[in-house]
Amino acid sequence: MSELNLSRNTIHFAEPLPLQSGAMLSGYDLVIETYGKLNADKSNAVLVCHALNASHHVAGPSPDDPTDIGWWDNMIGPGKPVDTNHFFVIGVNNLGSCFGSTGPMSNNPSSGKPYGADFPVITVEDWVNTQARLADKLGIRKFAAVMGGSLGGMQAMAWAIQFPKRLDHCVVVASTPRLSAQNIAFNEVARNAILSDPDFHGGNYYEYGVVPKRGLRLARMVGHITYLSDDDMAEKFGRELQRPNGESKDYRFSFDVEFEVESYLRYQGDKFSTYFDANTYLLITRALDYFDPARRYEGSLDRALTEVQAKFLVVSFSTDWRFPPDRSREIVQSLLSNKSEVSYAEIDAPHGHDAFLLDDPRYHNLVRAYFEKMLEVQS
Amino acid sequence: MITKNIRADFAAIAKWIAPNAQVLDLGCGDGSFLEFLQKQKPVHAYGVEIDDARVLSCVQKGLNVIQQDLEGGLALFEDSSFDTVVLSQTLQTIHQTEKILREVVRVGKESIISFPNFGHWSHRMAVGLGRMPISKSLPYQWYNTPNVRVLTVADFEKLASSIGLQILDQCILHDGRQVTLLPNFFGSLALFRIRSA
Repeated sequence: MSELNLSRNTIHFAEPLPLQSGAMLSGYDLVIETYGKLNADKSNAVLVCHALNASHHVAGPSPDDPTDIGWWDNMIGPGKPVDTNHFFVIGVNNLGSCFGSTGPMSNNPSSGKPYGADFPVITVEDWVNTQARLADKLGIRKFAAVMGGSLGGMQAMAWAIQFPKRLDHCVVVASTPRLSAQNIAFNEVARNAILSDPDFHGGNYYEYGVVPKRGLRLARMVGHITYLSDDDMAEKFGRELQRPNGESKDYRFSFDVEFEVESYLRYQGDKFSTYFDANTYLLITRALDYFDPARRYEGSLDRALTEVQAKFLVVSFSTDWRFPPDRSREIVQSLLSNKSEVSYAEIDAPHGHDAFLLDDPRYHNLVRAYFEKMLEVQS
Repeated sequence: MITKNIRADFAAIAKWIAPNAQVLDLGCGDGSFLEFLQKQKPVHAYGVEIDDARVLSCVQKGLNVIQQDLEGGLALFEDSSFDTVVLSQTLQTIHQTEKILREVVRVGKESIISFPNFGHWSHRMAVGLGRMPISKSLPYQWYNTPNVRVLTVADFEKLASSIGLQILDQCILHDGRQVTLLPNFFGSLALFRIRSA
């Protein structure tokens, strides 16, 4: 078998979901994609958790748009580091997101209108609870691995804390045990851009037939800056001026796009504002802010991780200033102090936070070796 | 290239490690020693290594490995959190000799240090004849050696006492056999079991 064997499904959960905030969600849908084949004893399942703007579509061409390739296609698929010839990989669109799972755009059964501002605030721990219910539905008692990068890594970590017996391995890439004040500050700028857009209408813009595009654009632009390293930006754009061929390279002395980097950010912002939901952006950045498993233990991550049984692979990237290697080392340090099984790699890569999505042989070979060893031990 | 010599100190180091010990192998390389040790007796172990390819080898062997530069100290590890810390043929590659030794005995209840003995007669002779030694224990040319410190058995003993390390045991080897007669002259590989005094 060397087919990706992609299958996309929407799964309905009728049982109400109690949320960390105290709110209750009556029922909800989750869109999932699976790749590979679940083995007979259901021991080869890998859950892939997504970051801010991604979705269930992890690998391969999308069934409804072959040009839309999954966000972690270089990592997951037949012959890839997480080899779907051996592992059954599940991508799930998180609750509150905007790619088909129940979220602010969905119909609120109690009002008959989209939830909008009424959609409850969701936390990383809430997501993990929904994913555990999904595992129950699929008959998976224990994942071979739960993995993710960035916010996805937080979910993997939360899995190891909330359901220590339900995963063998936890793969945490370019993540952090909590956001720093600087991280929260960037999120706040992004949220403020959305909240102050006149088209936001307190979150109920669906009723007005508008989208707070300007806010979303700005949110994405500021977010995008934090995903790249200074060196990477210098390399990609430098101080190059945005000029059609042959046009004068003199300054124009205007506030239109002058530099390549401005053009790039505007392009990224524009693209994002056409497909992403503003309420989802608020919701997910807040989930990031709130994540802090040590909080319940007077700030002790060591204590938060005492029940962990999973073996960890933690990976960071040297130029990631959003979630720098020091944050990953905190995770490693707490795992070590609990004498948990952990390996940690610090990849010297120039691409900043985005490196976790890019091709890098050292990074991919490491993940490949880790998953191959898992198979060896299983068999 | 130095496989045989390394194997010799593997067995000697393993002898000093108790079953079920918590072990930290600093500069664990491709994980050969930890793999060897785990075949000898049950232990719970982590390696520390800086080199990408060697970290990968450790992961391929299914070992716990932490990628880190030892020059930066051992801040990830708590005081006395390991029964045995191993620094096998790594001391001579570290610039901050005193700092790493202090860190090693802070983290380990006991520690095992091994290093090539520059005092071996063949090394002395090479230098006497005007050339830097190349041998099984010092297999590199002067211009491509990873070693940044050269030391003898006597040098180590002196430094140990001056920074307050207690030597519990020592084993000086040549060609895999223990040397008891004039070890600083006939031994090419030195092993010390130490702890903080």
